[in-house]
Amino acid sequence: MRPVRSTTGPVDPSVLDDLAGSGPRPGTPGDVVGGVVPTVVARPRGEADAARVMAAAARHGLSVVSRGGGTALDWGAPPRSVDLLVETAALTGIEHTADDLVVTVGAGTPVAELTDVLGAAGQRLSADPVRVGGTVGGMVATGVCGPRRLLFGALRDLVIGMTVVRADGVLTRTGGRVVKNVAGYDLAKLHTGGQGTLGMITSVTFRLHPTPPALRVVTAAVSSRAHGERMAAALRARAVAPSAVALDWPSEGGAHLHVVLEGMAEGMTARVDGVRAALGGDTVVSERLPEGWGLVPARGTLGFVACPPAESLAAAERIGELVRAADADVLVRGSVPSGALHAVFPPGTGADVIATAAEGVRSRPGWSLTLMRAEQHVHEAGVDLWGEVPGLPLMRSVKDALDPRHRLAPGRFVGGI
Amino acid sequence: MSEALTTLIPRLRDICGPDGVLTEARERRAYDHDGLTHRRSLPGVVVLPTTTAQVAAVLRLCSGTGVPFVPRGAGTGLSGGALPHHEGVLLTTARMRRVVEVDIPNECAVVEPGVPNLDITTLAAPHGYYYAPDPSSQAVCSVGGNVAENSGGAHCLKYGFTATHVRGLELVTPEGEVVRLGGKAPDGTGYDLVRAVIGSEGTLGVVTEVTVGLTRLPERTVTLLAAFDSLDAGGAAVSAIVSSGVLPSAVEMMDALSIEAVKAFVDCDYPADAAAVLIVELDGPAADVDAHLTEVVGLCTAHGARRTHTASDDDERARIWAGRKAAFDAVGRMSPAYIVQDGVVPRTALPEVLRRIAALSEESGIRVANVFHAGDGNLHPLVMFDDSDPDGYRRAEEVSGAILDLCVEYGGSITGEHGVGADKACSMPRMYSPDDLDTFERFRRAFDPSGIANPDKLLPTPRLCGERPGVRKGVHPLVESGRATQF
Ligand SMILES: Cc1cc2nc3c(=O)[nH]c(=O)nc-3n(C[C@H](O)[C@H](O)[C@H](O)COP(=O)(O)OP(=O)(O)OC[C@H]3O[C@@H](n4cnc5c(N)ncnc54)[C@H](O)[C@@H]3O)c2cc1C
Repeated sequence: MRPVRSTTGPVDPSVLDDLAGSGPRPGTPGDVVGGVVPTVVARPRGEADAARVMAAAARHGLSVVSRGGGTALDWGAPPRSVDLLVETAALTGIEHTADDLVVTVGAGTPVAELTDVLGAAGQRLSADPVRVGGTVGGMVATGVCGPRRLLFGALRDLVIGMTVVRADGVLTRTGGRVVKNVAGYDLAKLHTGGQGTLGMITSVTFRLHPTPPALRVVTAAVSSRAHGERMAAALRARAVAPSAVALDWPSEGGAHLHVVLEGMAEGMTARVDGVRAALGGDTVVSERLPEGWGLVPARGTLGFVACPPAESLAAAERIGELVRAADADVLVRGSVPSGALHAVFPPGTGADVIATAAEGVRSRPGWSLTLMRAEQHVHEAGVDLWGEVPGLPLMRSVKDALDPRHRLAPGRFVGGI
Repeated sequence: MSEALTTLIPRLRDICGPDGVLTEARERRAYDHDGLTHRRSLPGVVVLPTTTAQVAAVLRLCSGTGVPFVPRGAGTGLSGGALPHHEGVLLTTARMRRVVEVDIPNECAVVEPGVPNLDITTLAAPHGYYYAPDPSSQAVCSVGGNVAENSGGAHCLKYGFTATHVRGLELVTPEGEVVRLGGKAPDGTGYDLVRAVIGSEGTLGVVTEVTVGLTRLPERTVTLLAAFDSLDAGGAAVSAIVSSGVLPSAVEMMDALSIEAVKAFVDCDYPADAAAVLIVELDGPAADVDAHLTEVVGLCTAHGARRTHTASDDDERARIWAGRKAAFDAVGRMSPAYIVQDGVVPRTALPEVLRRIAALSEESGIRVANVFHAGDGNLHPLVMFDDSDPDGYRRAEEVSGAILDLCVEYGGSITGEHGVGADKACSMPRMYSPDDLDTFERFRRAFDPSGIANPDKLLPTPRLCGERPGVRKGVHPLVESGRATQF
């Protein structure tokens, strides 16, 4: 268990007055965010209410963190303070215009609920969630997605608009509800993955895809980095249009490559044959995604590695070597042709092991490793979560422009933003 | 010429060399407009840097002296984004045309900003790849301009825009700092500044290098031409295709007036008396394409298509596209002058919006030809007028503005791909609230605190558009943050 700290004293009664109507209550250890117990918790009933809550927070100079499903509250660095925790649970509502393949959805809506609603209409948001139990707002604020980004785009590419409450409580919109729109800056791209440090997302509009009628997964064992690279190159050389080429490389039990094909049933035989020829050797074909597809475990330290795509296997191998040299374990999984991998360290993995792996990856040109979620002992050891961040001064300027008093999730993001 | 600018010129020559600085009015005249040809402004001075270091030195000079600058690529932009500032520096990337690298294993290319869009595909094609964003101006427009406008093309319905394909940028900020954002890896750490800079229309700095992803050429491509007896029927067919589960790579449509114009101009076998033609392109794995084609043909027929024609070899496909690609030029020959509009509506609203555009045209007596990217609801009504009539432009502008209002009314956008630029800066309040615009302004100032990067573009200013209530002025958020505690 994490020791719990509180950053502020008792609740100022005038704050509670100002939040009346949004069910304010004192924070409890159950509300902890990255080891910090919030002073007050509020649950706005809708978008306008959320704006009022944020305006009240601005008047009182409160630091604010939003909570959706609570599945990623321990992501990023622990916030320096949390005076107010805003729960998005009541910011719900799904406005699905199926014929336009577009949906606008309240930030507090569970991703699973969205998936069900869209699925019933034969459509889907083509981003694989990496966590179970999250909300739409949380998914977008953390910005991560699984291997099908290869064909359908990363989560950021599927977001076409947003409403956001600014730090000063002003409700604003960026983007729109049509799939094509270049009017104004695309600020939604900053909020996607911005971990709530630039504003509170209240609703998101996505472009959708029809659910393909057929799916096949061709799985092959990968015996070495070179073997995996040969397979990836052979796949590249064929126009089989995979939705995903996903690597699973645990410390024990050997690596596997899963090639996902989606589309018309009629075309599957030929495409599966194409993939098998490219992979060579023994393959297993399934009509279902492997168990836990795209998910990363809910516990332990989690790294995100980005590298030039042709070096994905080299990056996975290097992490494995560095970690095994310290007698520890790591699971590397992700999209090979995207150069986007997750490194999952089992709970309790030493801070020094993680630091060594992170530095080992970051020392290679064009490779980066972000510790998306770190266990408390890793934070305490002062392990650098981000490494060098190109463009950091510009990021600070953007933060200053949108949250001048640094009250939104202070300290959670790169460089202490 | 302003004094600040006069004193700048010898220093600009030191940076870009004598042949990299144009000061003669005759030379500057060639740059006084972009693709939005009726807006003109003579640039104070034109510079043609060849390296990032030169761009950075020019911008440091501008920022040190408060002289505004306007970036320019190939000058094909249709919203006046590269319209020069008469007392500023026009910085063109025309001499930054090096292809740094085509990297097939990493499925990407690294290019300087002045490289024409099509060059990337030409270089990648022998390896079985292409660069997906394909604006119709692709033979000339620059990759830097594409980044600035987040350009799309006929095929962005399936493949997305420039933002979907760019992985990394080198940016020189308005203060002259060189920043590398992203790279061959698809994601970076921290805020996604790469994609925030894409579509920023030269207001956040000058892009000096671009890393773009390459896309595998599809196994099969087929193009379908369908003719309809009414625009309504064509629009309904588009809605049906979009919602059917098929994702074509392109769905384009033309109305009777554009068909008539095109037929007089190029050899394409569009039926002369059709009220609408639809071009649908499908690509991907062969079996998928075949199955989808059957479905699309069925949907067209069900919506009253009286003729469909499918082409799968390159020549025949090119003949179908020839008419669509010649549409703007052809209309240009039909009318002394015209305005190209660029609004977006939800795809389901297409039939209704087209009816209302027809009504607008009828009421005003102004002819409107409709050529558009139907699959994503991006309309390009061509509003025709006679520029020898003193009132012609104003009346056409009125219809064009009313069409934009329609797009906003139906929940769409005032621009799908041509950008805001100088042309639509004053139209932004049609779509965004004062608070939304204020947020944009704050973001812009984060990159450009002194307001010298392509001023008067993208956002409305009181000077251009008159005062608007509720617009934030006064203390700047950066100043505000200076007063707050810093860490
Ligand atoms: C016939 C024709 C057809 C067209 N078809 C399409 C189409 O199908 N789809 C589409 O999207 N567009 C289309 N366009 C519009 C235009 O071609 C695109 O917007 C294109 O991307 C502009 O590129 P450019 O190099 O000409 O840029 P310019 O016109 O020179 O500049 C455009 C904007 O980009 C900025 N800019 C240019 N270079 C840089 C840089 N290096 N760094 C920062 N800012 C920069 C400028 O300041 C300006 O704001 C068409 C235009 C024409 C004339």
